[in-house]
Amino acid sequence: MTGDAPLSRPPMGTLAFWCWAAAFTGVVYLAGRWVTNDYVFFAGYIVLQYVLLATAWNILGGYAGYVNFGTAAFFAIGAYISTALNKWLGLPLPALILAGAAVCGLIGLLMGGLTLKLQGVFFSIATLALAIVTQALITNWEYVGGAAGAYVIRPSRGPLGGSYVEYLFYTMLLLATLAVCIARTVERSAAGFGLAAIRDDEAAAEAAGVPTMKLKVATTVLSGALMGAAGAPLPFFVTYLDPPSAFNLAVAVNTIAMPLVGGTATWIGPVIGAVLLSIVQEAAMVTISSAVNLLLVGLIMIGFITLAPNGIMGLLRGRRR
Amino acid sequence: MDPLLELLLNAVVAGLLLGAFYAAVAVGIAIAFGMLDIPNLAHPAFVVMGAFAVWLLNDAFGLDPILAGILCLPPFFLLGVLLYQAYYACFESRGENALQGLAFFFGILFVTEVVLILVIGADYRTVAAPYIGPNWRIGGIDLPLRMLVPALVSLLMIGGLHLLLTRSFIGRAILAVSQDPLALQLMGASPVRTKRLAFGLSIATAAIAGALLIIIQPVEPSIGREFIGRAFAVVVLGGMGSFVGMLMAAMVLGVTESLVATLFSPSWAPAIAFGFLLPTLAIRAGGLMGRKL
Repeated sequence: MTGDAPLSRPPMGTLAFWCWAAAFTGVVYLAGRWVTNDYVFFAGYIVLQYVLLATAWNILGGYAGYVNFGTAAFFAIGAYISTALNKWLGLPLPALILAGAAVCGLIGLLMGGLTLKLQGVFFSIATLALAIVTQALITNWEYVGGAAGAYVIRPSRGPLGGSYVEYLFYTMLLLATLAVCIARTVERSAAGFGLAAIRDDEAAAEAAGVPTMKLKVATTVLSGALMGAAGAPLPFFVTYLDPPSAFNLAVAVNTIAMPLVGGTATWIGPVIGAVLLSIVQEAAMVTISSAVNLLLVGLIMIGFITLAPNGIMGLLRGRRR
Repeated sequence: MDPLLELLLNAVVAGLLLGAFYAAVAVGIAIAFGMLDIPNLAHPAFVVMGAFAVWLLNDAFGLDPILAGILCLPPFFLLGVLLYQAYYACFESRGENALQGLAFFFGILFVTEVVLILVIGADYRTVAAPYIGPNWRIGGIDLPLRMLVPALVSLLMIGGLHLLLTRSFIGRAILAVSQDPLALQLMGASPVRTKRLAFGLSIATAAIAGALLIIIQPVEPSIGREFIGRAFAVVVLGGMGSFVGMLMAAMVLGVTESLVATLFSPSWAPAIAFGFLLPTLAIRAGGLMGRKL
């Protein structure tokens, strides 16, 4: 069921896709130089952050069918590693992102190695518990502010000229594009077909010679690392980081709702879901309260799971047939 | 008595009482997840909902919290029946209950929490009852009635459920559907009807667990999240659906949390459940006593 291009035209090659993605990033960067209103960068950053998170989640959740409820944990760990290293060594942002990704990849390795031997539901419960335990750990970590939280100084100018928020926006743009390219590459590779086989029937995949355990763990590491990278710039974006804001339930719910709304089988689904849902929320945030806003996301998600299990992409493809 | 020994003994007793309460939260998950294979992540949210229903009855009519919990049993049973019907129609009958079903219950958990915040507000609520406050002291060991009464009610409920499952016709049908739904169908009974009843029962226990929760501590809508890891850890460690194993696991968790809170800091307590869950999943997935996964 992978591949959404019409049958008459062969699907775009991986190299061509990366080139198009690079061109897209370049165009957005050049267009951004003309924008003077910082609100555009604030709003854009949130949308791109969700594109990155939803894509990262979908590599494991959509392709392999293993539901990770611990997005908030990976995201928050990325943010706190970045806060700690910034306070300790004052490293530049790219180094902080790499460090956050590395630590979260390692946690993915541990979690995956310990729980992926069992049915998927046990992995899901373990990730849910991971979010709770990490919050307890970080609440007790005084170096980064503990329960009280910590202020992070955001430089006034970015290294590329323009405001620092503009710089954060471009960083997130690069990360999100990279994640989408990685997701599409995985989807079209032998590993992607292996993951699809695991999702459809794990026992049959194992019997057919798919190295299921190795694939699942590698995917968990990749997905976790991308989520950690998504969290690393957060302290500079919010400038004040405390456990309740880093472990926001909205992040966990949105990350799952977005791929499910867009469609989990292909790379485009999470992107569509993330853009749509974050725009809806951005609009709702201005007009109604944040609780109603979250209720809206929850209801949209339940609606899609029950009525349109293959998301918007599934609806579109169903119409074309 | 030696002060340190007294401190430790007190912590162990408090942990046992706490563990008995955890068992009341976990028993619904033991039925839904352990026996019916329905990953009801939203159960702790229903427990909080039960706590608020009890608070409403207590606040408006001055009803005893436990009596209020019992009054809430029928509506919660009905809620469970309806929820299972939706789950069955959308996922089980289509054969896609893994990813979608989990996300469905996660969505229910989230929506329940937000609705409670919108309807009742994000404040902490408490109930009034004669046994909240007094404290028995036996040989240097504190027995706060606020903990003792919920522990006893929990044990009574679990004992009653155990009798129901092992002695009654419908109870045995529930055990049968947990072991082999196909065989049940061949005997001429409907697995769907049996599972619907059992799931109703599992949600009904949330009403009592909610009453116990609000007796023990003030409740606000998002508090349920703290119990997800604990309750699932207890059910998995207890061997997925074994009541005896579940009770033992809950006691072990309660005592460990209480000791850690006494000797180190209460803020570490939520991490303990994870410390139990992860090794259990990695090493002995069958739990303390129970079936293989």
